[in-house]
Amino acid sequence: MSGIEWLGVILLVLGALLGLVGGIGVLRFPDFFTRLHAAGVTDTLATGLFLSGLACLFGDWQATLKLALIFFFVLFTSPTASHALAKAALHGGLKPWKRREDPHG
Amino acid sequence: MSHHLILRVVAKFLIPLILVYGLYVHFHGEVSPGGGFQAGVLVASAFILHALIFGLNKTRPIARPGVLKAIAAGGVLLYGGTGVAGMLFGGEFLHYGVLAADPVKGQHLGIILIELGVLFTVASVMLLIFYAFAGRQKPEAQ
Repeated sequence: MSGIEWLGVILLVLGALLGLVGGIGVLRFPDFFTRLHAAGVTDTLATGLFLSGLACLFGDWQATLKLALIFFFVLFTSPTASHALAKAALHGGLKPWKRREDPHG
Repeated sequence: MSHHLILRVVAKFLIPLILVYGLYVHFHGEVSPGGGFQAGVLVASAFILHALIFGLNKTRPIARPGVLKAIAAGGVLLYGGTGVAGMLFGGEFLHYGVLAADPVKGQHLGIILIELGVLFTVASVMLLIFYAFAGRQKPEAQ
């Protein structure tokens, strides 16, 4: 495989690992807001890594342009969706989780 | 909903792009996944996003239910009319090859036209169904 294909494979593996971290975060974090944080933050970067990895593997400017457009849309829509969800939860009266003051309480 | 600044800005920026993408899916549907139905759903989703962000009262004057009903009927007419045009030019119903001098060009024209009819009908019916659900009032207390 050529160097650019290896770069694409490395980017795809990094994106998959980041998606896995996000999934573990969604399962393990204590409340809605922290889970949303895990899902929203990792999703955008994982998508960017996936799409740039795919662009390296395709090596075709038309496919690269389409992937760049997809990344552009995800860059705008994913944080907006997280923002809307968090705002709706906060307005709905959900209290953010806090570590308890005394560890024995 | 008037204070949701981020949602309003992003929606204003995205709605035209969603409409353009719907047209892309329609015209590219001949050679790649896509077609009239998917394009119609995308076009309707742009208006539904507008209604979700700006409120149903702002969307209804842009896409009036009466006009939408006419467009839905017009889409079916375009589909059927393309089929009948094939018959008038001497082929069978929905035979596109006779629509232009070159049969291949006629097929391109025919498929684009009937898919345009599907797009019109699907987009307007989706919006009408959305209006019917979103505009429903609470039932009166008995």
